[in-house]
Amino acid sequence: MRKLLSLTMMALATSAFAGGYRVSLQGQKQLAMGHTGVAVVNSSAEVLFFNPSGAVFLEDKFSFSLGGNGLFAKTKFQNEAYNWKASTDNFGTPFSFYAAYKATDWLSVGLAVYTPYGSTVEWDKDWQGSHLVNNIELEAIYFQPTISVKVSEEFSVGAGPIYVSGKVNFNRNIDRSLANEAGQRSDVTIDASGVTAWGWTAGFMFNPTKKIRLGVNYRSEITMEARDGDATFHDLPTFLQGTYTNTKFNADLPLPAEIVAGFSIQFSDKWLVAVDYNRAMWHKYEALVVDFKNATPTSVNPRNYKDSSTYRIGTQFKPNNKFAFRAGMYFDESPVQDGYFAPETPRNDSTGFTGGATYQVTKNLGIDVSFLYLHFKETTNSYNYFNEGGNLIKFEGTYKNVVFSPGVGVTYNF
Amino acid sequence: MKNKFIYLAVVAVLGLTACEPEFENEVTNGSYSAGEADFTSYVAIGNSLTSGYMDGTVSRINQTYSFPNTLAKQFALVGGGAFEQPSYEDDVNNTGGFLLGGTQITSTRLVLNVGKPVPGPEPIKGTPTMDISKFQAKAYNNMGVPGAKSFHVLAAGYGNIAGVAIGKANPYFVRHATSPTATILGDAMTKAPTFFTNWIGNMDVLAYATSGGAGVNQLGNLNPASYGPDDITDPNVFASAYSTIINTLTSGGAKGVVATIPNVTSIPYFTTVPYNPVPLDAATAGALNQGFAQYNGGLQLAKNGGLITAEEAAKRTIVFKAGAGNAVTIVDESLTDLGALGLPSYRQATKDDLLVLPASSFIGTTVGGNPLQINGVSVPLADKWVLIPSEISAIATATTTFNATIKAIAASKGLAVADMNAIMQQLVTGLKTDDGQIYTANYFSVASLSTVLFSLDGIHPNARGYAVVANEVIKVINNHYKSKLPMVVAGNYPGATIVASN
Repeated sequence: MRKLLSLTMMALATSAFAGGYRVSLQGQKQLAMGHTGVAVVNSSAEVLFFNPSGAVFLEDKFSFSLGGNGLFAKTKFQNEAYNWKASTDNFGTPFSFYAAYKATDWLSVGLAVYTPYGSTVEWDKDWQGSHLVNNIELEAIYFQPTISVKVSEEFSVGAGPIYVSGKVNFNRNIDRSLANEAGQRSDVTIDASGVTAWGWTAGFMFNPTKKIRLGVNYRSEITMEARDGDATFHDLPTFLQGTYTNTKFNADLPLPAEIVAGFSIQFSDKWLVAVDYNRAMWHKYEALVVDFKNATPTSVNPRNYKDSSTYRIGTQFKPNNKFAFRAGMYFDESPVQDGYFAPETPRNDSTGFTGGATYQVTKNLGIDVSFLYLHFKETTNSYNYFNEGGNLIKFEGTYKNVVFSPGVGVTYNF
Repeated sequence: MKNKFIYLAVVAVLGLTACEPEFENEVTNGSYSAGEADFTSYVAIGNSLTSGYMDGTVSRINQTYSFPNTLAKQFALVGGGAFEQPSYEDDVNNTGGFLLGGTQITSTRLVLNVGKPVPGPEPIKGTPTMDISKFQAKAYNNMGVPGAKSFHVLAAGYGNIAGVAIGKANPYFVRHATSPTATILGDAMTKAPTFFTNWIGNMDVLAYATSGGAGVNQLGNLNPASYGPDDITDPNVFASAYSTIINTLTSGGAKGVVATIPNVTSIPYFTTVPYNPVPLDAATAGALNQGFAQYNGGLQLAKNGGLITAEEAAKRTIVFKAGAGNAVTIVDESLTDLGALGLPSYRQATKDDLLVLPASSFIGTTVGGNPLQINGVSVPLADKWVLIPSEISAIATATTTFNATIKAIAASKGLAVADMNAIMQQLVTGLKTDDGQIYTANYFSVASLSTVLFSLDGIHPNARGYAVVANEVIKVINNHYKSKLPMVVAGNYPGATIVASN
């Protein structure tokens, strides 16, 4: 267990897919059910993420859950008018760890650690869209202590503060043609790590009958305020070395608020169905503004994201005490609007197909496996807001993504 | 059980490799087609505009941005063969410029030196390393020879080093002519072209224009051997040379594109320096007016004597005022000769005159350090600094005639026409490319770093400008020969070289 934990911590880099830079891989059991879970209590501490109010309905005194995914994201880009072709293959290992302790029959406390936001996109340096992005690496780890209170057998509430630690590293070329005397393209890297912020989550669960649960959970918006990050310029021609000097920068990156509502129905002892609806408040991401400390002009990059929805359904079949099988799917709307499709988060509407199983080694120890296949609609879109010499330049192309993510986890309850 | 999980994991990884994103219509070489054209052997005929000349010379790196080289890369997708340009390996420092027997005969490439209080173009420091006496004796696909006029393409001896000093041979062609008696066209034909571009004729009129009209309009003179370097070619001489070139190029069934000649009024060399750039304080203006009072008075006498019209007298009267916007004074040889009265042919420039780019660093200088002898003010500018309306009209007439000839000959052979004259006219008001950038025919400034298409010589495009040219040719090929070739993005090509010191 300790070994697995350290391995996971070592390979921390997370990679994104799905709307914007949100990564929906927060638990092996629930992922396998289409990443539903706001109204599911499945003998797993994963509930701390999906709806902290559900923790108090866990049967065991202690519930632990640890899991990780191998995230393989591939994006291809092309534009027939110019014979442009580019691709990026990225790998990440989002993970989650949940521990719940049922102090009394009516009170449960817990700790959740998870990586809901992240993005790694690495295009070939100096590719056709290099003035927008060469590579970006973004990660945020959420630490969330929670408390869950059973008001009655039918109703519980839960909440907790969230502490986020994140970092970002982003590189792009200065423009579409600038190069130094040796012909190397001029670029800039902004790097900020140890960025921290606070937020909160709260939810409730309502069980009108033994068979039906309803749940609502809210996770607040958290703005990662990068302060005094490092901006480093490379390969500038001599005449610009006085204009662009290495400096510090400030930038804000919003991790949007999310509200989830859903229900689950236990049709029989063996068969469970869950449905979730997510709404992510992406409108907060209006622009990526990088404010340099010296005279280097402020870089304003409009994003103009819109709020977006995700529709999820999942099911679980437990033929006996040894096995559980799960399947699900979801439809995820992209928050990116036409004309704002930038290759740093080159993702369109997608449909996810999930599956998985649990093998209960002992009464206390279970091994979970899951997989996710995410099918993105091919999209021809453009980013129209790159300012070059006072005119707005369009970068257009056709994008196609595929994401595949196998995952494994353990659950230990006693 | 454990084994089963390992097995599952293996299946998952295998499944993963099958999960490649696939486009509905993947872009491959098969997405493009040659149409009715055959790009197996592409040969480019032309002058500096074909050779990749910019910033006053051809240099090793800038040559790679020539529009034929860019075209050839697109042709290669649809069966185009190797495309070789004259070797510039000798230009080890990428300065451009030539030596002859160790002596420098042409300037290095221009760079913009922002280290100066008034940043301006100047030749990059260093000495050329290319000696034209090092013969390559090889025919190339890019047969663009800077400075070549239409009849030069057919002229034996144009590549003979012995003719360089007397202006009968061209140092660029000397370097690669297959023999001292070879012609540009003859060498080109050894490549057995299946496709060609022919953009010749600019120099038949442009040389006159850049000389400020100092040359002669050779209208009616059918012997090009008697022409000076700055003369306008007779239209019949042009038409004859042009048809020979086209007949020869198409003799083996080759198809191709011909390009028209841009009018000079759309080139920054002639549009950058205003006719009225002179600021004066009241004292200087008064002194100047006093200096010209005798000349102005003489004009009135000539008018009263019926030697010139009242209109001409008014046009020639020189008046300065305090403030900005005073017109320069010029010598205009088309004015009525009043030499008998001791009156020179002076007037002030108007918006109908075009001052050449080098005038910007000449106007305001003094003659022999005498503060009263100011060029363009108290000392009128000589013919070579300015195109007067009669010269502009001769240039426009020749350009129109040549372009009509080009279009007629192209039509008779079913060739495509790239109307570069029309494209350049568009640039004057702003040419918007598909990506939203708006390019203009303006001369360079640091502020417009990313939208300028002309190199620092003010006549030739920069790398980005040649990309725009290549795009226009591609459009014409796609349209005329039903080909499907991808475009290039001008914005990805560099502009002028800017240096912090030189």
